Order: sequence, then C-alpha cells, then structure tokens
Amino acid sequence: MSPRSDPDALSRPDDHIYAPERKPDASVTQPKLGVVGWLRFAWRQLTSMRTALLLLLLLAIAAVPGSLVPQRSSDPNGVTQYFADNPDLAPVLDGFQMFDVYTSAWFSAIYLLLFVSLIGCVIPRTKHHFDALRARPPRTPVRLSRLAGYTERPLAGFETAHGASSTSSAADAAIDRAAAELRRAGYRVERYDMRGEASVSAERGYLRETGNLVFHTALLGVLVAVGIGGGFGFSGQRVVVEGQSFVNTLAAYDSFNPGRFFDDTTLDPYRLSLGELDAVYETRNQEAIGQPIDFTAHVSVQAKGGDSEPGVVKVNAPLRVHGTDVYLLGNGYAPTITVRNPDGEVVFTDAVPFLPQDANLTSIGVVKVPDGLEEQLGMVGFFYPTQTTLGSGAYTSSYPDLVYPVLTLNVYQGDLGINEGTPTSVYTLDPSSMEQLTGGSTGVESIELMPGETVELPNGLGSVSFEDVSPDAGDPDAAEGDYSQSVSRFASFDIHDDPSQGWVLAFAVLIVAGLLVSLFVPRRRMWVKAARRPDGTVVLEYAGLARGEDPGLEEAVAAFADRHANPAT
Amino acid sequence: MTLDEISIILVYSAMAVYAIAFIAYAIDLARRSAAATRAADLVGVAPSVSAPAVVAGGRAATSVGSATDATTASVPESSGTVAIERAVPSAGEAEVTGTGPATPAAPRKLGASVASGATVASVAYGRSPALRVGVAMTVIAWVLHLSADVTRGLAAGRVPWANMYEFALTGTLVITTVYLVVLVVAKYDLRFLGTFVTGLVLVLLGVATVNFYVSVVPLPPALQSAWLVIHVFVATSATGFLALGFALSVVQLMQSRRESLAASAKAVKQNFLATLPDSAALENLAYRVIIVGFILWTFTLMAGAIWAEAAWGRYWGWDTKEVWTFIIWVVYAGYIHARATRGWRGSRSAWLAIIGFSTVLFSFTVVNLFFKGLHAYSGL
Ligand code: HEM
Repeated sequence: MSPRSDPDALSRPDDHIYAPERKPDASVTQPKLGVVGWLRFAWRQLTSMRTALLLLLLLAIAAVPGSLVPQRSSDPNGVTQYFADNPDLAPVLDGFQMFDVYTSAWFSAIYLLLFVSLIGCVIPRTKHHFDALRARPPRTPVRLSRLAGYTERPLAGFETAHGASSTSSAADAAIDRAAAELRRAGYRVERYDMRGEASVSAERGYLRETGNLVFHTALLGVLVAVGIGGGFGFSGQRVVVEGQSFVNTLAAYDSFNPGRFFDDTTLDPYRLSLGELDAVYETRNQEAIGQPIDFTAHVSVQAKGGDSEPGVVKVNAPLRVHGTDVYLLGNGYAPTITVRNPDGEVVFTDAVPFLPQDANLTSIGVVKVPDGLEEQLGMVGFFYPTQTTLGSGAYTSSYPDLVYPVLTLNVYQGDLGINEGTPTSVYTLDPSSMEQLTGGSTGVESIELMPGETVELPNGLGSVSFEDVSPDAGDPDAAEGDYSQSVSRFASFDIHDDPSQGWVLAFAVLIVAGLLVSLFVPRRRMWVKAARRPDGTVVLEYAGLARGEDPGLEEAVAAFADRHANPAT
Repeated sequence: MTLDEISIILVYSAMAVYAIAFIAYAIDLARRSAAATRAADLVGVAPSVSAPAVVAGGRAATSVGSATDATTASVPESSGTVAIERAVPSAGEAEVTGTGPATPAAPRKLGASVASGATVASVAYGRSPALRVGVAMTVIAWVLHLSADVTRGLAAGRVPWANMYEFALTGTLVITTVYLVVLVVAKYDLRFLGTFVTGLVLVLLGVATVNFYVSVVPLPPALQSAWLVIHVFVATSATGFLALGFALSVVQLMQSRRESLAASAKAVKQNFLATLPDSAALENLAYRVIIVGFILWTFTLMAGAIWAEAAWGRYWGWDTKEVWTFIIWVVYAGYIHARATRGWRGSRSAWLAIIGFSTVLFSFTVVNLFFKGLHAYSGL
C-alpha cells in the first residue's frame, strides 16, 4: 500500500476544522445536479459537523419542555392535575405531545436524524481509519524548520560514539537509532532517504481516532439497546401486606407494563411472601423527628416446587431473584377491618392497604362490601398512625409510627358500581349512586376506631371492627397503650426485568473509555532528519506535527531530541 | 458548641478571607490596566506591532501551541513537501490573534496573518503584591473552607453533600481546589482568574448560608448509598472544572473583542486584558479544563443512572434532574463539536461554554428548588 498523505482529512466531514477546505459549495453552483447529485448533496449536508452540532443543540433545547410540564411516563398524576388546573391550555399542549416529550414525534425526529448523521459520519471514518492503521507514515517534509517544536542537534555525538567511518554512516546510525527509539515510544516509523538525506518519519496516537469511533459507535449501541432490548422486559407493581404473598404471574399484578416484545409465558411463577416490614424513624434528633431512617422488607422467595429462601429488600438494595429485580418503592399501613351483619356474621374481613398522603402517613383507603348485607356498603377511611387534632378541629397524623392509631370511616350505602364488570380501582369509591350515612353533611358523626374497637353501623346495618393484630392482642398482661404492632404494614413492590440493562451498561463503559482515549491520547507525527547544510556539514533536525489537540507537542519533540542526541546522558 | 456550629463559624471566616482575597485580586486587575496603559504611553503610540520591551517572553509557548493546533499541514504525495494550507490561528478565521510578533519562537507560518493586520501587543506583567496577597488569602480561605466542610461532615456522620447547603459548601470548595491545583499544574499563570473564582465562591457561599442552610438531619433511605459518595462528588468536581472553563471563556471573548478592535486599527483602551494570554491561548486553556469537566459529567450521568436503577428501579426515567443532567451533557458535547467545526471555533464555541455553565447553574439552583421531581433532596 502506498503511503497515504493524510487519511484523517479525507475521513472527516468537510467542515471539520482539520479537513482540507473545499471550494465553497462547488456542488451548488454546478448547473444541473440531478437526483443523485441532490441526494449526495443532502447526505453531505446531513453528515456535516455543522449539522451534527445544530442537531445536538436542538436536542438540548427540545429536552427542556419535558422538565417544565409533567410527563405521563414519570408523573401521570401530575398530568391529571395539570389538566385539572389548566383546562384550556392542557389540551393544546397535549396536541404538541408536551406530556410525552421524550417519545414525541418531534423529539424522536431530532435524535433519529442525529443518529443517522452519526452513522453517516462514523462509517466512512471507520473505513478510513482502518486504512490509516495500515498506511505507512508520510514522507518526511523537505523543510522541517516550518514545523512545530523544530530543533537541531549536532551529529557530533554519533560520529565519535559509533566510530563511524564517514559522516554519512554516522547520519545513518543516528537515524536508525532514532527510528528504534521512536518505535519503542509507540510510534509507527518509516525510513526515508531523499536526496542523500537520511530521515525517519513517525506517527503515533491512532488510538485517539479509535477512541473517538468507539465512543460514537457506543452511543449508537446505547440507543439500539434501549430501543430494542427494552422491549423484551416488563415492569409490574404489586402491594403485599405483611403475612401475605403473591405469585409472579400476570394476573397477580396490580399493574403491569409489558415491553413491546414481551411474552408473558416467560414469567417465572415464583412466590414472594412478605414476612415483616421494618420501618425505623428518627426519634432523637429534634430537627428531624419522624424522618424515615430505614425500611427493610423481610421476604421469602419460593421457586415453583422448590424450597423457600429468605431475602431482604431495601430502598437502594433491590432483591434480584429468578431473573427479575424486586424493588421496595413504597410502604404504608393496612388496617384489618371486619364488617358483620346484624346477626353478627362476618361479611367482610381483610387487611386493607391505605395509601399514604403525607410524610406522617395520614392515609386514605376504601372498603367495599359487595355481598352479605341488604345493600352494598362502601366506606372511605382515613388512617392516622399518630392522631392529633388541628386547631380547626380536623384530624391529622403527627408521626409516622404507631403511637396513637385512629381510623375514621365514612359509610355509604347503595350501588358500588362494580357489577357491570368495568374495572374499578380498589383505592377509590364512586359514591354517585350511593347514599352517605356518616360524616360530611349527613349530621351523623364519622365512625372513629382505635385498634381492637368495634362500633355499630348506623341504621342497624351491623358492626365494623378495627382489629388489633398485635401478637399479644387480647392478652390481659400486654402493656396498656402499646400500639406499635397493632396495625399491619404493606410493602409496594416493583418487579422489573430489563434484559437490555447489561448491554446499556457495557456500552456506557465503552463510551467513557472511548472518551478518555480520544480526548487524552495525543496524535502526533515526528520527524528526525540528518540534514546536509550548504557548507557540507550534517545536523540532526527534529520536528513534530500535531493532529488535533496536542498541548505537549513542543516539549515532546525537545525531550526526544535531547534524549536522542545525548545518548551518553 | 456543636461541631455544626463550629462548621458555620468556619464558613463565615472563610467567607471573610475570600472577601479579602477578592479585593486583592480586584486591585491587581486595576494595576494591570494601569501597567498596560503605562506601557502604551511608553511606546508613545497605541499598541503597535513593535512594542519591543513589553512582549512577554513567557507567552512564546502559548503562541506556538495555539498556532500549531490550528494549522493543517498536509503532505501531498507528489511533491514530498509540507504545504501549510491554513495558518489561521484558532481564534476564528476572521480574527487575528494577538501573537507577539517579536517573540523569537513565533512561527514563521504566522507571517501572513501578522503582516496583514495590526497585532495587539501583550504587556509583560509580573506578580504584583496585590496578586500575591490574593493568592495567599485564597489559600487561607481554602483551608478554613475545607475545615468547615470536614466538620460539617463529622457533625453529620457522613459525607457533607446530601442537601443543597452541603452541595454548595462542597461544590465551592471544589471550585477553589481546582483553581489552586491549576495554578500549580498549569504552564500558564492563571492567577488573574482569582477575581472570578473568589467572587463566585463568595456569592454562592453567601446564598447557601443565608438561603439553603439546614441543620444536620439523618439521610433518607433513598440517599443511603455508596453512590451518594461517588455520583454527587463527581458531579461537584465536574462543576468545579466547568466553572473555570466558563471564566476562561468569558475572558477569551473579552480578549478576542479587544484583538479585533486592535486589528481594525481602532484605538484600544488599555486594560488588564493586555497582560493576559491572547484569546487563542485562553480558548485552548478553556477547552482543556472543560473536557476534564465533560468527562466527569459523563461519569456523573452514568453513575446517576446506575444509582437510579438501584433506588428507583429504572436507570433512566426523564426525571427533571435527569433531564437537566442530559441537557448539560448535550450542550457540552455541542461545545466540543463546535471546537472541531469550521466557522464555530473561537467566539461561538466560547458562547457555548458560557451557555453550558449557565445550564449547570440553572440546574443547581432553579431546578433543585422549583422543579418537581424525584431528586427532591434540597432539604428545604
Ligand atoms: C449523538 C450525538 C453525538 C454526540 C453526543 C457526540 C459527542 C462527541 C464528543 C463528546 C466528542 C469529543 C470526544 C471524542 O473526540 O471522542 C465528539 C467528537 C467528534 N464528533 Fe461527535 N457526537 C455526536 C454526533 C456526531 C456526529 C453526527 C458527527 C458527524 C457529523 C460527529 C463527529 C465528530 C467528530 C469528527 C469528532 C472529533 C472532534 C475532534 O476532532 O476533536 N459526532 N463527539
């Protein structure tokens, strides 16, 4: 292969700072471009540095609105709220996909164009880089004195040190030595002898371009891994109360988001049981009373037909079992509520998860009793782990742990609206076809219970109890007023499988590695020549050429010249 | 007295010393202007090509460095000679650099541009007493600042960067540290950046102590992670480098404005800029500082994603803070590209560096305080 003069310049986009300048838009001024000409012109525009730069800046700008307006993907409740607060503006914004910015047509268009540009840029560069890797370093320039770090050293040292018979064999020896030393320093070297002047041409730092290409290709890798690999995963949410369990099947999830290519027969039906959920709150630091310190879910996992194994799920420490990752993303209280009919028969009993509303876990929950009573019964409840009364008379919770737990219930009678088969949330009650019996404007006080208490429902409908689930409940010796175990807790688990994750991580590592190499490995050329002066003497000339950012070039040339010309020291 | 109270006293002491340093640096800048004016008067004309005594020899390396990497040389196969295709310094095609023409090492290849336009003489300027005081005070303030940060960490029993007050405390410490390290390491004398660095640190510390202060509270479970140590610290360090890059880019823009005024032979008011490196050198410096910051930022983004995977169950979810981390990253990727794009090197890329740091500041203040998201850890 013949020595290539400047493979780099060829491979870079035309408007790269080190690319040779073209005649300004020669292609445009040509009389007729034709379809192919136009396509080529458009492609060159798309893969130019300027386009890449503009698309990058555009991408940055396009990402902004997603932080100003709530997004469906990360904050669906925020979107609902936004629609409620801005009924006029929200639909207009929605028309521009402002609530789905990162999957919107316009955002996608920008990054897809960018990546097309990237591909168009990287492929020719990769090809040229492979060629460059095999090319010989370019011929030694005639006048090194024009180049960076130019310096001279006398040949004298070599004449004596090597006992060379003539000046020219001393020059040869010196250049040979230079070539060997440069090769040892990681340069690719080539001897040139022109007009009787021996010289060596050396180039190093090909890794710089390699790093750059690895970096850009790995960016592409991340996009592909996320775009395709992510489609094979799923994420599901499930609330589990202490002492209960769930089996990893589609039907068991409270909500489930499969990827595009997800096949639910691949779910591994293991059983996850929640033993205890420990919550620790700050009790001593006056500035932070009640701040959560730790949540730990003690679980056991049982493979189908296998033994059960203990496990722990904590915030920041997911449990990775059977190809899925189990996260503890929420917790709260699940008061155990029992409803009896007027004859004293139990028509409903369950630990009902109440959703926390604030940091002190004031929580809201709904009880639905579809059968066993004259009419369907619904109750909307508030639970206060540590109840206090505000100045206004309203209740609130002042501490997230169970110090003085109180449950209040408003009772509704009528049609729960669950018979038509339309799915309804277990956390909401639609009272539109029901009659309110307690609380609000009924004039009847809301039902108010502490653990272990039972009260009659209004109108002789029966009774409702707030069960005390403490292990020693009912034991007369149990400490009076210790409610710390009286209400079960629930954990809300997120269970994910994302097969692309490992790929994304691998590409991310390549991105960083490529970046480090491409930004810190200097690419440079160096020449050493035994130049003959008009008076017949020979001196050693040294010079370098930076190929890109290379702040240390002059020093490197000087250091090399010193080392080479003074072999003794 | 609790450790936290000691920490606060140390913060206030550090601020006082920073203030002294700031004043000293400001005096130094004033002296620089005076020296530049005097030099111009001595020569008797407005800055001219031959302000012989005042060309700083120390700039030689600078000019050579900037000239070489802006120069494309190619070796055509046929001739075997080096053809210098473009010898336009990095400051941009239209601008002429302030390379001191009398500098012996100034490469001959700059001949064309030097001959074609007037150049801006660079005024030699040693280290004034004010500058020495400024640096000494910065070092003292840094020691106090470091002690304040360490005692805050001890008081909390963990790393001191878990809420906004602590981010600010540690982040400003990193800015000063980067500045001091660069003073030791860099080939160029960057002491002139002291005004900016101490000024910025002073303002940020002031805002932090007055507006962001929260007493020591335990870490919420989501923050109890080794990634807090890594991710947040790397992010803060990145900020330190990007801040310095911002300062250099601002000075670069001022310098290049001065240079183009001089090139068009207009009278240039002599000011401190005359004692500073030329705009091409400033640009190269800014670039070097910023790529370090960019790499740290890349790492921040990735470490954040790994942490998010563990804490929130997904590595990327376009949470507001994630969005802004991404925006900052993309803007700086744009900056790096601009440096490699014809027509964008020079002032345009400097503007991108400035926009980049504005997004960093925006993300740290406005986004942390007013935007809703999972990263609600300001502690306010
Ligand atoms: C996904 C969008 C892109 C990002 C985030 C990105 C980012 C970067 C970064 C960080 C660098 C500096 C590190 C290095 O040299 O490896 C860089 C350099 C470079 N990029 Fe990109 N890039 C993108 C797209 C493109 C495209 C579309 C092109 C082609 C038109 C391109 C061409 C280049 C070139 C030629 C360099 C070398 C610059 C130099 O010589 O200093 N990049 N890019």
